[in-house]
Amino acid sequence: MTATAAIHTSETCLLRPGNTNCGGCGMSVGLTMLGRALRAADETCTLVIPACCGIVTAGAFPTTSYGVPTIATTFASSPAVASGVATIRDLNDEPGQVICWAGDGGTYDIGLATLSAAAERDENIIYICYDNEIYGNTGGQRSSATPAGARTTTTPLGKIEGKKDIMSIMAAHRIPYAATLSIAHPDDFAHKLSTALSTKGMRFLLLHSPCPTGWKSEPEDSIALVRLAVASGLFPVYEVFNGATYRISVKPDGTDPAEYFHRQRRFDDDEIDVDAARRACSDRIQRLQALAEQFPALQSH
Amino acid sequence: MPLQVVTGNHAAGYALSVAGEANRTARGVACGIYPITPQTEIVEYVARFPFSKGRVVPVESEHSAMAVSMGASMSGARSFTASSSNGLAYMAENIMVAGYYRLPIVMVAVNRTLGPPWNIWADQGDTLMLRDFAWLQFYCETNQEVLDTTLLAFKLAEDPRILLPALTCMDAFIVSHTQTETELPEQADVDRYLPNLDLPHRLHYDEARTLGGLAWPHEGLSMRLELEEAMKRVPEVYQECRESFNDVFGRDPGDMIQTFATDDAELILITSGTIATTVREVVRQRRNAGEKVGLVKLKMFRPFPGAALRDACKSAARVAVLDRNYAAGAGGIFCQDTRSAFQGHRNDVLIQNYLTGLCGGDVTPEVIDDILSDLRSRSAAGDPMWMGIDSGEETLQ
Repeated sequence: MTATAAIHTSETCLLRPGNTNCGGCGMSVGLTMLGRALRAADETCTLVIPACCGIVTAGAFPTTSYGVPTIATTFASSPAVASGVATIRDLNDEPGQVICWAGDGGTYDIGLATLSAAAERDENIIYICYDNEIYGNTGGQRSSATPAGARTTTTPLGKIEGKKDIMSIMAAHRIPYAATLSIAHPDDFAHKLSTALSTKGMRFLLLHSPCPTGWKSEPEDSIALVRLAVASGLFPVYEVFNGATYRISVKPDGTDPAEYFHRQRRFDDDEIDVDAARRACSDRIQRLQALAEQFPALQSH
Repeated sequence: MPLQVVTGNHAAGYALSVAGEANRTARGVACGIYPITPQTEIVEYVARFPFSKGRVVPVESEHSAMAVSMGASMSGARSFTASSSNGLAYMAENIMVAGYYRLPIVMVAVNRTLGPPWNIWADQGDTLMLRDFAWLQFYCETNQEVLDTTLLAFKLAEDPRILLPALTCMDAFIVSHTQTETELPEQADVDRYLPNLDLPHRLHYDEARTLGGLAWPHEGLSMRLELEEAMKRVPEVYQECRESFNDVFGRDPGDMIQTFATDDAELILITSGTIATTVREVVRQRRNAGEKVGLVKLKMFRPFPGAALRDACKSAARVAVLDRNYAAGAGGIFCQDTRSAFQGHRNDVLIQNYLTGLCGGDVTPEVIDDILSDLRSRSAAGDPMWMGIDSGEETLQ
């Protein structure tokens, strides 16, 4: 039996086969990675999922695609519901992580105040945002995670504003651990999950989650696309400890972001301002490098 | 039992706290709290209570307060919160979800006018806005009734035949901020009254169940029917909870509907909350003068006690419903449900609606006199009567 088959047949598997996720969805890979990390750490979890594709994934009552206890919450409430669940877990000395699994709409937009408050209280939960840069579940509307230039059903000519820097917002809460994840870099992904699982308090993980349906890209391109995003500096993968110290996990190598845009039909080759994107990547990398040099993370990798 | 002079808010905070503490040998207690005038003292009381096994989470909004309470409740803990007015409106989405999740959360609401215009005084529009959200609703008249009903609400809500959340309501300031003598029960008695909570559908960390995912129409329909059946069991279970309350605390927490001088009454005034106190006094005076007048106080609004209400009004030809609330375009909300309760059972009763005390206005004995005069003079029911509207002259003075 292969390792993958073992995960899919075990009762402790997180994402069961037969779910309705689209092909090439980054969430499917992310959940599988999370399931592996939990098994490696000999941990279980309760998933707390707001309105998003992730709760559609569960399927219809009375069956579920999740191999762990799961709560569907209202759109803005997952960190608050998770606070209640984690509180009762801790009062009863029970095992298991309480993990919010939320899209960018629930994280960057409608749930931001709830998330900020849970971070400020340093709730003992893990919050994972699978960021597909779009309201995917409702058919592809802009969110504040949508990058500049992307066409959505509510920005038919391309979004004017840039992507919100949610990582800086979360780091500013000085939470114990914040990190970005890419399914193109699974070893780094697994390491960060392991770090999150062994850390107490509020942990925030941001997963760049390709959405072929919304990005108008080919499902088999998903991993290549997010690899380009890391290499170009569009979506750098890094860690922030206590909001104070930084480590860049995979150094961007100067890859031109043009190919990233070209391979997704949400971007119009004739309209997209690639020069502006290049400048933004360069600024983003320079700022992160400066932070990582001035405030280096002491934790060993 | 210690008799103390406390406010309605203090009584509510005390009841929530000792009820939570009573679950300390089970899965404990947790809740989210958020302040809003005039209920703030309730959550302040809860925040400083030394729970043996509990946590009070001061959150950033009413919406999250109910969310934290839901997370705790889904995990099998006892949970509660308190709110008021626009806070309830902001919380509304999660209030509805708690009902449909069948979570036995108890919330104390201080009835305050919804703004705008901004106004902190008594009006029931805030909780009645939530009337279709699968919560039990109780409207209380005194500090003691607030305390007793809150304790009873936990027992009723957590009963395996019910499993629905419950709202205990009181009028802003008239109850919430007025100090009266109130019996505050000992923790040991509360422990006897409220057994450890054992929520059958709570989450277990080793069971892979999804709470609240998609359900197809036929499944959803079955769940709604189960909920309605639970609502129908409330009157019977309420009486059991009332009797056991009397056994433990030596006091009657009061019936779902409470009557005064209704046996042979030709005119009956139906109302709720503190307006009932004033009506009772007027009815007493009129009875002394030989008039066949009676009072029905609706304590329980959800489920609506239609059968009990019809029974209480069986001698009456004319009924006035005094509403301290108003549904725009439809009139008073207690009156709408009263009419529905009579429809098809008795069509010979004149049911007239009086909107009174809205936006915190005083409902004086003179207002009740005016209502009785109007009711007596009618040959048919008409549009809701707006009581207490100032004339232009008075406004100019």
